[in-house]
Amino acid sequence: MWSAIIFLVFAFVAVVAAINLVVQTHPISSALSLIGVMGSLAVLYLLLGAEFIAAAQLVVYAGAIMVLFVFVIMLLNAGAENAKPIGSRAKYFGLPLLIAFLGIMSFVVQAVIPGGNNVVFGEYHAGPRDVGKALFTDYLLPFEVVSVLILIAIIGAIVLARKEID
Amino acid sequence: MNFLIVSLIKAGVVAFVLMTTLAYLQWIERKVIAHIQLRVGPYRVGPHGLLQPLADVIKLITKEGFIPSHVNLFFYMLAPFLAVTLSLISISVIPFGPEIEVAGVKTWLQLTDLNIGVLFVLGISSVGVYGVALAGWASNNKYSLLGGLRSSAQMISYELPLALTVAAPLLMLNTLSFREIVNGQAGYLGGWLARWTIFQLPFPQIFLGFPLFLICSFAETNRVPFDLPEAENELVAGFHTEYSSMKFASFFMAEYANMVTVTCVATLLFLGGWTPPFPAPYSNVIPIVLFAIGGLAALYAGINPARPKDRFTLPVAGLVFLGLAAAFAASHLVPALETVLMALFWFCGKVLALLFLFIWIRGTLPRFRYDQLMRFAWTFMFPMAMLNLLVTSIMVALFPKP
Repeated sequence: MWSAIIFLVFAFVAVVAAINLVVQTHPISSALSLIGVMGSLAVLYLLLGAEFIAAAQLVVYAGAIMVLFVFVIMLLNAGAENAKPIGSRAKYFGLPLLIAFLGIMSFVVQAVIPGGNNVVFGEYHAGPRDVGKALFTDYLLPFEVVSVLILIAIIGAIVLARKEID
Repeated sequence: MNFLIVSLIKAGVVAFVLMTTLAYLQWIERKVIAHIQLRVGPYRVGPHGLLQPLADVIKLITKEGFIPSHVNLFFYMLAPFLAVTLSLISISVIPFGPEIEVAGVKTWLQLTDLNIGVLFVLGISSVGVYGVALAGWASNNKYSLLGGLRSSAQMISYELPLALTVAAPLLMLNTLSFREIVNGQAGYLGGWLARWTIFQLPFPQIFLGFPLFLICSFAETNRVPFDLPEAENELVAGFHTEYSSMKFASFFMAEYANMVTVTCVATLLFLGGWTPPFPAPYSNVIPIVLFAIGGLAALYAGINPARPKDRFTLPVAGLVFLGLAAAFAASHLVPALETVLMALFWFCGKVLALLFLFIWIRGTLPRFRYDQLMRFAWTFMFPMAMLNLLVTSIMVALFPKP
């Protein structure tokens, strides 16, 4: 009962923030809306029982990554973007096509996933212990491959950003 | 229903105590810094300036809240709100003492225990930078913007070594809940040395972990020597230059609340929370002796007062201290009460000692230059934190607990 209310509230916040993210013209407003989306997502993970994922969502996405986004936007002093006039095709076909797309999507989801109460709040017990155990036993190879990938990305960024020394 | 009432009472008490602490922490800070610099500090409002925080609060509330032109109004108003809210949330997972029983109702001296408590505090502190960054950006002032930029860069840089140093005691205690963390540090090595993580085998954190954590927490709370976001000789007042009245007070409150949270976390993770430094029958005498000595010293100073007003104020303070000593001694007759009082005494004592350290360092050290700050974070703090984590995990793996 309480879980359902909390779910509805935060799902609503997430959707509103996501729409706001697209609608806003100023980059800072968009970035902050994205933080709103990520914060609400963290609460939704928590409702499912995935405590560690929720905390990681908050620390990594809402904290570290978005701070970098905001930092760069502030550093470049990016102003509000100028809204372009909407073309006639988008004006007349945009909304019907969007509604049709959403309808097809929901139909496919309904068809693929059998009905009934699939998701139960707090059903998954993915605490830090379980996540750690899974990462370092069953998924050790993917985990290490991903860390090498990230290392390559970091080195690539340094190589690209380094000034040419003559 | 019972749970709801108990939670409401606890929340009210914690909020009241926290707000009072924040107000008086500022008085303590001004007094301590003043004495370090051979001044007397606040002295006019009440005996020894004790009513100064009250006067400050009234002043800040009744002041005109000035809003400069060309600010981004929504974010300008949102920033202090974010700063103060995010800094107060973390206190909800901090335990202050063991489980107690009042009139048949059992409850912990803690608002709520999360089994990811440490991660929760880390998450909130990593989001906490938005208040400062937004304040700097929304003020439409170059100094403020520079302050906000500096603070976001600084907090990202020091978040990494902070998280790594926090991980080391967690490895030793094998849990993320603050309650379990304190339970894991109860007991004594060889019957006399407390099993706090700074002393606990296999790798005592006093060599690397605890100092690193303290340095990172100075940086995370924007305190001297890391207070570059508000360096007054370069940036006027940094990110809160354009704020006045209660909006300015919110930033002030957020800074002190962050300090209290960080010292509480340090106490819980490294100094064993509310567990006394040596076994109970002996450690129970310490508060009585300390308060008695304080009281007698104040009484003696009151007999030969340096200033005329002290003839009245010092004996009163002495009597209060002696009363506290008597209360602690009397609690020996009621074991349940004694447990609670001792737990609160040791917890508050450790937190206050760390807070004093924060103030002491503010009165002692000069400020870093910005490039020094960044180089220090990435070339010293980060490798040392990695080393600490590595050594701790190897030791934990080599000497598993029975």
